Amino acid sequence: MTFVSILYGLLFWAATLILVIGVGMKIRQYWNTPAPLKIPTTPAPVTQGGVVWRMFKEVVFFQSLFRSNKVLWLFAFLFHISLWLVLIRHTRYFMEMGSILTFMQPFGRYAGITMVLGLAGLWARRFLVDRVRYISAPSDHLMLALLIGIGMSGLMMSFVSHADVTQVKAFFGGMLTFGFFGAEGALPADPIVLVHLLLVAILMIIFPISKLLHAPGVFFSPTRNQVDNPREKRHISPWALELERQGKTFLSELNK
Amino acid sequence: MADYEIPKLTGEGYTEVPAVKEDTMKGSGPFIAKADFQKAMGFPTDFAAVGELVPNWKERALEKMADLKGRYRSLQVYLDICVKCGACTDKCHYFIGTSDPKNMPVARQDLLRKVYRRYFTFAGKYFPKLVGAVDLTEDVIKDWYNYYHQCSQCRRCSVFCPYGIDTAEISMAAREILDHVGYGSKYNNEIIGKVFKIGNNLGLPGMALADTLEGLEEDVEADTGIAVRYPLDLEGAEILLVTPSADFFAEPHIDGLIGYGKVFHETGVTWTFSSHASEAANFGMFVGSYENMRRVSLRVREAAIKLKVKRIVFGECGHAWRVAYSFLNTLAGPFDFLDQRYPIPQHILEYTWGELQKGTLKIDKTENDDKVLTFHDSCNVARGSRMGDYPGGQFDIPRNVIKAVCNHFVDMPADTIHDATFCCGGGGGLLTDDLMELRVKGIQPRAEALRHVSLHNGVTHMAAICAICKSQFTKVLPYYGFTMDQIVSVHQLVSNAIILQRQESVIPPRPKDDDEDEDDDA
Repeated sequence: MTFVSILYGLLFWAATLILVIGVGMKIRQYWNTPAPLKIPTTPAPVTQGGVVWRMFKEVVFFQSLFRSNKVLWLFAFLFHISLWLVLIRHTRYFMEMGSILTFMQPFGRYAGITMVLGLAGLWARRFLVDRVRYISAPSDHLMLALLIGIGMSGLMMSFVSHADVTQVKAFFGGMLTFGFFGAEGALPADPIVLVHLLLVAILMIIFPISKLLHAPGVFFSPTRNQVDNPREKRHISPWALELERQGKTFLSELNK
Repeated sequence: MADYEIPKLTGEGYTEVPAVKEDTMKGSGPFIAKADFQKAMGFPTDFAAVGELVPNWKERALEKMADLKGRYRSLQVYLDICVKCGACTDKCHYFIGTSDPKNMPVARQDLLRKVYRRYFTFAGKYFPKLVGAVDLTEDVIKDWYNYYHQCSQCRRCSVFCPYGIDTAEISMAAREILDHVGYGSKYNNEIIGKVFKIGNNLGLPGMALADTLEGLEEDVEADTGIAVRYPLDLEGAEILLVTPSADFFAEPHIDGLIGYGKVFHETGVTWTFSSHASEAANFGMFVGSYENMRRVSLRVREAAIKLKVKRIVFGECGHAWRVAYSFLNTLAGPFDFLDQRYPIPQHILEYTWGELQKGTLKIDKTENDDKVLTFHDSCNVARGSRMGDYPGGQFDIPRNVIKAVCNHFVDMPADTIHDATFCCGGGGGLLTDDLMELRVKGIQPRAEALRHVSLHNGVTHMAAICAICKSQFTKVLPYYGFTMDQIVSVHQLVSNAIILQRQESVIPPRPKDDDEDEDDDA
């Protein structure tokens, strides 16, 4: 299986680079793009601390979604909270188990089930609700299929056919030193492991070029991250300030 | 009367979410602006005829899109991050009223997003079918023009979106792109041109304004026996009042304007209108043009400097208050020459509520006892601005004022008020006769809520604080069996209840001129 191990080793190297650099580039783009006007959806917090609290409630509890649609909220929250538990459980493949990690293991194990249930609910809506059916592109279906595939293959290993966890850990432990070229860092020859890891790599690769950007993007949403204080504090973007400085009406008249 | 079906009201207070019916609102959109109007706003005019695109329209549209997404973080982020969860799909009054799926906020955004993906993203460039990306064609432009003029930019969708994606930001950007390829909306751009040329949306010149105000003073004196002044261009006044020009002549707007004057009179403050900034509305926002919105806003600054006022107060108008509260400091600030002890700018309701709390105004609530009131939260005030010094003051202050001058007040159902309020159906630059079908269908959720409190709580009148809401309601609610006079201005209620104590205005009387002609310039 050395060939497959090398292939997967390189794949995960590529996927990680694409994920980190790709998302980093998007974050840099969002960061550098000015928000020329104050557009918080009001009522909005009047202090920076208030904005942090608002964002916290949005990101952790999906407050706006809860107001919008309880069924959708249930599936979405179930999926996301389960995903977090599953991810925490997976840290065992990359680091030594502390007491907290050990404590979290069983939660992560069963969260795999609720994660797939949440995803199934989200997918069902795409078929059953005519409005959601209308707005769904093939990629929206595939994204859910991919996540369900990851969840199901993971559950298989947890509950049906146990994978050689020690060997998987050795594979990822050797990633930085390219241990997958040797026998001690090889992946176990288990098709379920390979399917699971392939799907995860695909997810990592498409992250920066898909709607998965909602994860970093939500923090940049001006309607949610702006302080409601336009009367007290003047807010102005660099390009608008340039109009003022040069005494011009139109951007096209600006001297570069 | 109409070749479309007017929705039926049930009186239940809520509207059923309709099943999707494609293309019910397919069409050519509102009238397209001619070259003169485009020129006045600095938009390209090299299209051969009205309804034709400029040469190289495709490249120029994409160039504009790239420019805008580089200047607006909202646009760039919102085009990227929508997950198509569908939370917004049943939130738009135009979707509820028309069943056209392209009026679902996410689908409206997608009209632009599909093109963005095709030309600006990896997935859309190489796998367009997979991610639903489309080429920019003439049909796509026409779809944009039609459906981005079926959005009143009310931001109700953004309240319910888990990421706060604001369709208004997308529709403003789309209109800005359309303006750059020859597809400007006649209604909006003609009006903005009038502001630049004459000073207000209605094109009322200074002389006509002066005549109107003089006639108003005579009416109020005949009614109350007191010479309440409505001054124009009074240099050195304490307050510059900027109000939508509809307040000068339309019903029930003008009754609100009479109320502003009475409040100022009683509190003994000097104030003035300006003929240069005789318009609070700023349609530059509707068309998404920062430059033109700034041009309109700068007139307020210029007027304030010229008249040497110390404070700026805005009259009852929804989007005008959003531009004033949220954007004025950005567009036309800093206002270091004004009195910093007061909010800059201040809303007339903040002013009146302050005076009511101080006890400056003598009120006889029984004057409004013939009415049971409810209040329509204007979308731009509710979701795009604030009043007072705490979040949500924009909901309390208008209600506080109404309750201070009326004995009978009832709110409409909870999911139709405050930040969940439904648009009147005519906001965002859609208040034009060529969009009547849309306006009639879009008012349905509000009409349903009003019907509910009419049946169950005996509500007779609905108060509003927006010139567009008032115009839309008086014109379109009659389609549903209501009458025009059921719509009132909040300051009209104040005006009814206020008992004037001050016998002489602190503002000197108007110099008597020879010709006493009183004409209705409108």
